Order: sequence, then C-alpha cells, then structure tokens
Amino acid sequence: MARMKFLCDADRCIECNACVTACKNEHDVPWGINRRRVVTINDGLPGERSVSMACMHCTNAPCASVCPVKCFYTTADGVVLHNKDTCIGCGYCSYACPFGAPQYPKTANFGTRGKMDKCTYCAGGPEADHSKAEYVKYGANRLAEGKLPLCAEMCSTKALLAGDGDIIAEIYKERVVTRGYGSGAWGWRTAYGQTVTV
Amino acid sequence: MTHLIARAFAVFALVLGLTLPALAQVNPTQRSVTEEALIKSLGTAPVSGRITIPDANAGFLIKPENKSWAALQGQTLHNLSIAAVVGMIVLLALFYMIRGKIRVDSGLSGRKILRFTSIERFAHWTLASTFIVLALSGLNVIIGKSVILPMVGEAAFGTLSAWGKIAHNFLAWPFMVALVMVAVLWIVHNMPSAVDLQWIKQGGGLLKKGVHPPAKKFNAGQKLIFWAVIAGGAALSYTGFMLLFPAKAGGPVDWQFYQTVHALTAAVLSAIIIAHIYIGSIGMEGAFDAMGSGEVDENWAKEHHSLWVKEVSGGTSTAGAQPRAQPAE
Repeated sequence: MARMKFLCDADRCIECNACVTACKNEHDVPWGINRRRVVTINDGLPGERSVSMACMHCTNAPCASVCPVKCFYTTADGVVLHNKDTCIGCGYCSYACPFGAPQYPKTANFGTRGKMDKCTYCAGGPEADHSKAEYVKYGANRLAEGKLPLCAEMCSTKALLAGDGDIIAEIYKERVVTRGYGSGAWGWRTAYGQTVTV
Repeated sequence: MTHLIARAFAVFALVLGLTLPALAQVNPTQRSVTEEALIKSLGTAPVSGRITIPDANAGFLIKPENKSWAALQGQTLHNLSIAAVVGMIVLLALFYMIRGKIRVDSGLSGRKILRFTSIERFAHWTLASTFIVLALSGLNVIIGKSVILPMVGEAAFGTLSAWGKIAHNFLAWPFMVALVMVAVLWIVHNMPSAVDLQWIKQGGGLLKKGVHPPAKKFNAGQKLIFWAVIAGGAALSYTGFMLLFPAKAGGPVDWQFYQTVHALTAAVLSAIIIAHIYIGSIGMEGAFDAMGSGEVDENWAKEHHSLWVKEVSGGTSTAGAQPRAQPAE
C-alpha cells in the first residue's frame, strides 16, 4: 500500500489559490471553513515563498492522540480520517494540530462548535464509498475512484504534489537537483518526523 | 580629449551590454527562505505568513510546538488523572482495612444538635451534585477513551460523551453559584487558628481510637477541604469559562494552557473530594447526618467538634460534662 502524503514545492507555488477554491467546490465545504489555504512567508521581501497547506495526514497524528472519543482513524493508505458521528466538537484536535487543519462550522459560545471538518485527502469518511451520507459529511471520495486529491491534480504549476510519499519525494528531489535550489518540503519534519534530503 | 572619453564610454557600455544578459540568467529568487532554516531560527515559535482568507489564525503555517501539548494531553494528563483517582481509592481502601469505620466512642446519645441549616445543606448539595456530574463527565473526556470506550463501543461512547459535554457545559453554572454560596456561608468558620495546629499534631484523631483533638465548627482537615474546594473551584471556574468562550480566551496556545490547568486542578480536586465523600459516609459513624438531616448526635459533636458544641449550647445544656454545682445561698 502507498503512504499518501502532500508536498508543496514552494519554489513553484504562485499563490493563485486555485487549490483552495477547487477544494471548497469539490467538497461543498461549509461557509467559513477552508480545508486548504495558501500562506505567504516573507511577503514582499526578496525570496518570499508561498506554501499551500492542509491536513498533512501525519504519522502518529497528534489530533488522534488527544481526541477524547477516538473518532480518528488512519486508512491503509496512511490517510487520517475522522468520524463526524462520534465527534463531540470539543476542539482538542484543533489545539493539537501543528497545521491548523481541524476547523468547526460554528463559533458560538458554550462550546458549541459543531462537528469538526478537515481535509480528507479526497477520501471521504467511514460511510460507504460514494454514498450521499458520505458526500454530505465529508465531500467527494476521489481516492475510491482511483484519483488523487483535486487540489494537487489541478495545480497549474504542479507545485502541490499528492501521492505516495516516496514517489513525490523523488519527484521533488529531481526538481531540486535540476534547478539547483529548493526551499524544502514544508511541514514534513513536523508531520512525518523526517524531511526530504537532497 | 572629449573624443577619447566618449570612445571609452562607448567601450564600457558595450561591455556592460554584453554582460547584462549573462547576469539575468541567474534566478533572482534562488536565494529564498527555507523550511529548515526558518524552523531552526524560530525555535518553538510558529512559522507564519500572510493569508488572503479572513481567518487570521490560518496565517500560522506550522506550529511544531502543538505536538508537545498533544503528548501532554494524550498521555501525561490521562495517566495522571487515572493515578489521582485510583491512587486515592486504594489509599482509602487501605485506611478502611486498617482503621475501620470510625465509631462514636461514647456511643450515640440520641440527642440531636442542628449542625447545618437548610440553606447550608442546599448550597452543599448543589455544589456536590453538580461537582459529581462535572467530575465524571470531565474524567470521561480524559480517560473515557481507555476505560468506557472498550466496554460500550464507539457509537454509544460518542453519544454518551456528547451528552456528557452538554451536561458539563451547563451544570458549570449552578456549580459556580453554589461555590459562591458555600464560600459566603462558611468562610468565617474556616479561618486558620491555633486550635488547628493541635488538631494536625494529633493527626486529627484519625489514626488512633479514642483520640479527639478539640475543634470548632470545622476542624483543620475540613478547613483544608474547604480551601481546596474554594481555590480549586475558582480555578476550574475561570479556566472553564475561558474554554467555554474560546474567542475571549485568545488563541490555541491559551486554550492549551487553560485546558491543562483545568485538567490538573480537576484531577487533584477529584481525589480530595473522593476522600471527603469517604469520611462523610462509610468512613465515620454519624458524620453523614450533618449534611443529611442537618442534625448530628450530641456525642458525635462532642467528640469531633468539642469547641463548637460549647459555642452553640452556650455552656448550658452540656449533658456530658455536668456544670459545677453552685452552692445555694
């Protein structure tokens, strides 16, 4: 089985935010939630870089370790998913996530946040693949159709890579060697405990 | 002369013109910020930048430090909470096996003294009942996943925890009201005094049969529980309030802090309250009546709160110690 990961080649990202828009559209993401976002570091300075970030589907995911109801599970492909029926909206996963992935549809007081929502790697949830219930809660399930996440698939500069961690790391290494520079695999050391060394 | 200068300038311009395209071939963006250098220079601080969506918190790209809170919450607090509760129960069980139930040494007199008025009992039981639900639903959030989840299954546990969370959020308010009531009612009786030192020196008479150090309305042990409840309850109320209104509390770092303090305080206070429940019920004969009917047996009161009995009876109806006979003249 593959170990699915995301890798954003920041030297190619042009901050067009198409990944953000495509994700919202594909999954009918609730108002106020962005499962993916683009952050620009050193904005306006020489050498600024933009990074597209969503759930990194961590190894030993911190969200899963703090969840009081154990609603998280890791699929055979290494994708971290969660069960919205079990989620109680306590907010702990959002405290624990290093990438700001878990978000809530409500921000009302008295702890009413609603069910947590995050990037599913376009892999749906625990419901039957392509069922209506799955789509309503988690969005499209492209992985079950043999397709990769839409954000990476439609990236115009191919900055955002999705797929097996070893393969996308190899593609990134080749790019860095060919062009002679690379700002690094953003988030990898935090999510997977190791980075791509060229 | 001007001719020469013009010619030299032309040569210079030509050289510059030839070299410029070569310079332009160097990528000006090659030297950029790298993840490795940035994370090293930031230490535990988050990597952040500009974001175009309205959510300002989304500007944080990577916060590696969140993983340490995750480890603290997922393992340390989980194990500490279990240790606090189980540890206290084991200690009390040992104490019960060695000391047994603390009896009224002089036997029950059958005469009753009012110890707690209905207002005091109402405040106590409001505080007690809400605390028990809050403690159980709170413990469920920390240790339920390893204790209750394996027994009832994921779906049932999810429903139970969702109800528990609602109960926790709403019962916090009567808890806070009762906490204030208890503080107002009993603070004057809980000021430390010299009598307390004597009580502590004698181990409160807990360890030896027949030892009964003098005490007013509350002995040193009860005072300790009172102040633990007031301080712990206040800390729980404040941090809980912040967790209920996360927008007021700040950002994720603040929420992590409040959650940690909330959980630690709750673990310690739960352990203390388990001991309080023990001594107020199966641990001591006659103690429950104080909060049950509000009236305690006179002999129980004399043994455990001798100075208080003298205060309330005004030294007149002291059945145990007969007043000295006054010569009639």
